[in-house]
Amino acid sequence: MKYLFLFCGTVEQMREYETLREEELAARLGAVRGWFETYGDRVTTSGRLQLPDAATTVRHRTGDAPLVTDGPFMEGHEVIGGLCVADVPELDDALAMARDWPGGGTIEVRPFMAG
Amino acid sequence: MDPAGALRDALGPVTGALVRALGDFELAEDVAQDAAVSALERWPAEGVPDNPRAWLLTVARHRAIDRWRREARLRALLPRLDAAEPARDDRLSLLFTCCHPALAREAPVALTLRAVCGLTVAEIARAFLTGEATIAQRIVRAKRRIVATGIAFRVPAPEHLAVRLDEVLAVLYLLFNEGYLASAAAERPDLAADAEWLTAELATLMPGEPEPLGLLALIRLHGARRATRFDARGALRPLRAQDRSRWDHAAIAAATGLVVRAGRMGRPGPYQLQAAILACHAEARSWEETDWLQIVLLYDELLRRAPGPVARLNRAIALRYVAGPERALAEVDALADALGGYHLLHATRAELLRALGRPAEARRADERALALTANPAERALLEQRLA
Repeated sequence: MKYLFLFCGTVEQMREYETLREEELAARLGAVRGWFETYGDRVTTSGRLQLPDAATTVRHRTGDAPLVTDGPFMEGHEVIGGLCVADVPELDDALAMARDWPGGGTIEVRPFMAG
Repeated sequence: MDPAGALRDALGPVTGALVRALGDFELAEDVAQDAAVSALERWPAEGVPDNPRAWLLTVARHRAIDRWRREARLRALLPRLDAAEPARDDRLSLLFTCCHPALAREAPVALTLRAVCGLTVAEIARAFLTGEATIAQRIVRAKRRIVATGIAFRVPAPEHLAVRLDEVLAVLYLLFNEGYLASAAAERPDLAADAEWLTAELATLMPGEPEPLGLLALIRLHGARRATRFDARGALRPLRAQDRSRWDHAAIAAATGLVVRAGRMGRPGPYQLQAAILACHAEARSWEETDWLQIVLLYDELLRRAPGPVARLNRAIALRYVAGPERALAEVDALADALGGYHLLHATRAELLRALGRPAEARRADERALALTANPAERALLEQRLA
């Protein structure tokens, strides 16, 4: 089954990376890279996102032209910082990967629709 | 065997076999329940068949064929039904599936009672004093979620087992507690019996795991004292005031044997430790002769593994007999923030304050406890103390 992993955290948590000393940043990124190496045979797509203030939202409206605005479509305390897609036999495997994630924050694991 | 008992024994394995054969939890559970309804209609009049599992499988197969006529998807699944035979650990797989942590918090207990124990929606609704519609919806949602999220039907792989076994034990413990000291009735012996039966199954099917044995011992040690838990008027009788000659000493010895057997595996855990604490109480000849120091040490060990304010409160009760009521009261007061809404914190404070010769404060604490519990047997005990 294919699962989407949404890596979420607060904006403060994400900005914290910008203030880290070089060696600590390298250690954290190394741990994350190690995770992707460990699960390399299962992860089919992945990526880190810029902060939500870099987002642009296009909202479709019935009977009106799409509305383009700056910023994310949902204002929330926690925002999506990155994502990956993994193909594993069952939910427990996906949850084991999420438990093992070294980057902190919150991870939403959601199955793709079949077919 | 009576029809209900025979159905209860047969339905879990049959449901498990169907889930395994069809690979679709929702569908398998539906046809198994259809078969159970037929059994409840026919067995009381016609007698329980020689092989209840085979009977249920045949009816379930017919139900699936009926559905097949309506639904094309089933055509591909149907041949697998011929191969459906209940296997030894189907019921265990079912239990693990029903208790998956990814299900809504209130779903596992209801789903377990329905799919593994074969209770009807009406029976589950009665047990939890909830409407049938609520329970039915809870079960339907959980079944859909099992299918949608990709929860597998099998005993978890070894690397997932530890975290999943904890979840199953937690559900069984919750079920037992609800039966033993229900939130709104004095007790629900049927729920406690279901919890004991499932835990015994779990312990049999996983002989190398010590914690199921620990939970089983815990349940049976509580059960061995059942005859003395309530006084003639239905008020809860505290341990100290129970007539120990009326306890089931053979059951206590057997359950203590389980604690020892689990202990030999060398992997202590919260349920084994709680069972060991109960065994200390059960084996003591009187309240005064209880080995309180041993109990405090067991609580220390328990708190190291499973820190929690309720265990700390219970430790404080034992500490009173090791270090005196003043030390115990200080411990209890330290828990006021965490357990301010828990009636037993205030009931315990009341006892300690009385022991320290502070009756006015004790009374206020008892009043506070009374305001916080709805269980009739506990209310009766507190009302006696206030009278």
